[in-house]
Amino acid sequence: MNAKPDIKIEIRNLTMAYGSFVVMRDISAQVKRGEVFIIMGGSGCGKSTLLRHMIGLKQPAQGDIYYDGTPFWQSDDEARNDKLRSFGVLFQSGALWSSMTLAENIGLVLGEYTTFPPAEIREIARLKLALVGLKGFEDYYPAEISGGMCKRAGLARALALDPDVLFFDEPSAGLDPISSRNLDELILQLRDSLGATFVVVTHELASIFTIADNSVFLDPSTRTMRASGNPRELLKHSTDPAVQQFLTRGEAKAQPAAAPAAQPS
Amino acid sequence: MRNPEPIPARLTIRPKDPGVLLVEIAGDWLDRTGLPNISVVEKELASSGARALEFDAQGLGGWDSALMVRILAINDLCAKGKVEFRAKTLPSGLVKLIALSQAVPEKSDAARKEVKLSFLERVGESGLAAWSGGAAMLGFLGESVVALLKLVRGRAQFRWRDIVEVTQACGPEALGIVALINFLIGLILAFVGATELARFGASIYTADLVAVASVREMGCIMTGIILCGRTGAAFAAQLGTMKVNQEIEAFQTFGISPFEFLVLPRMVALILMMPLLCIFADLIAISGGFLVSTLMLDVAPQVYLARTVESISLAGFLLGIFKGSFFGVIIALTGCLRGMQCGTNAAAVGLATTSAVVTGITWIIASDGIFAVICSALHI
Repeated sequence: MNAKPDIKIEIRNLTMAYGSFVVMRDISAQVKRGEVFIIMGGSGCGKSTLLRHMIGLKQPAQGDIYYDGTPFWQSDDEARNDKLRSFGVLFQSGALWSSMTLAENIGLVLGEYTTFPPAEIREIARLKLALVGLKGFEDYYPAEISGGMCKRAGLARALALDPDVLFFDEPSAGLDPISSRNLDELILQLRDSLGATFVVVTHELASIFTIADNSVFLDPSTRTMRASGNPRELLKHSTDPAVQQFLTRGEAKAQPAAAPAAQPS
Repeated sequence: MRNPEPIPARLTIRPKDPGVLLVEIAGDWLDRTGLPNISVVEKELASSGARALEFDAQGLGGWDSALMVRILAINDLCAKGKVEFRAKTLPSGLVKLIALSQAVPEKSDAARKEVKLSFLERVGESGLAAWSGGAAMLGFLGESVVALLKLVRGRAQFRWRDIVEVTQACGPEALGIVALINFLIGLILAFVGATELARFGASIYTADLVAVASVREMGCIMTGIILCGRTGAAFAAQLGTMKVNQEIEAFQTFGISPFEFLVLPRMVALILMMPLLCIFADLIAISGGFLVSTLMLDVAPQVYLARTVESISLAGFLLGIFKGSFFGVIIALTGCLRGMQCGTNAAAVGLATTSAVVTGITWIIASDGIFAVICSALHI
């Protein structure tokens, strides 16, 4: 492939559809290695759906996603599974395996893909939990800890295999402002220390402006992307009223035609 | 402090200036019954040809959403008849709520449209649904064979601990209910058999009846049905909840096959446990018949036991055990299939559980019928 070496992820002309219902069409974006890439847009515009396409849960209707220049969906199952192993995914509610303790949740992944002895695996699990501030909770079940802690434990599990790319689905949803801020800090620290690439679905403006290097703005009324680039730059230079409205919490002068229409999520 | 006496709600409409109608609302709009309706306004608007509508709310006491609904309805009527709606004399809270409810226009393509299907279309749709349902079941069966082969080759991704845990839950923990039901079945068979056989003076053959019936049929069928309701339902509910909680997707994103990790241990556990439970069920059913015959029908215990041993053939016994294992596969497959097919809300988990039990029991009985035909053709 002729992709530049520093392009980690490239979305090419992606069309997403449920059956014959097209959610979004013609999405294209490039994410450099080590960037925090934000997928933003109003509620129900297909942000999470785009994420599901990127992590192998939903097949695109058209187009493809390229990782390191290799197509993701046009590859066979085995190549795709190999690719998946270099990903870490944090689901909206954590999606921890509820029948296992936190240490087992992390240990399971390590046990599948590494050859560490059990004691070592447990030590690594302890370390990953300590990274997200959950030291001492190794033997708790997901049901015994709070929602915010589940989310952090989910992050620890996503970090288990030292991934190249980390995907976050609404990381700050359901967190108080301080925890949400801490999570942003954590993302930046991880980016700087691991050199990983981040893909984050969110509509929290505060965290968008804190962490983003790059973004794509999805608009449900036109069913395609309206803008891409660094959100801070977009705020300064974009002339698109929908983008301006979104990035200023609707305080910019809006033209009625571009008002973001609410959609059931 | 309680209000002394609520004033009944009132709504009147009268012309104010030429082309302007005045709607007067007064009293307490808190009663759940007897609130005025707006048909008078509708009539007046239609007949008067007014261009504007105003409100007089000076006599208005308490109000809640019931009043808002009516004001909004009047607003809609005005919009339809191109009459100016002057809301400013309404209480300010009400004006703000009206503005808020109209801030986001109704999304026209979001409303669900009821599509009326003709009879033929419905037949076609359900035919297609049945076809894809059957295809999904076959696909699931195929995947399970592949997974079992991988297990045999030692390449499957799963934890032995899961097999042990599921085995414990579906085997030893089911002993109580399996014992109770099969004991009662043995009792019933003995009672019914003894009454009928006594008419021919053949009470002694009660032992044969109980033994053959339970070893060949009742033992495995009853155990299958019990486990279907107990374990199959549990499988569907567990996997369904995991689906709702995105746990299954979490497996997929780690490249771990949910099929091998979740379905395989459950299938292996049931294949191992069902034959053992069937042997146990046979013994219990026979002892039920033994109790009835010896205690109430005056059959000598030695005679009963001798007849029992004589009547059971090895082929019949093995047939029962084999069918038990086969039912175990059916229970595991239907339970896991429905769990994996589960939607993503709480109601879907209930549906998945129901469907797992119904599908499981149907297939158990149907396949037992097929076995009966095959056995009679082969003279087993």
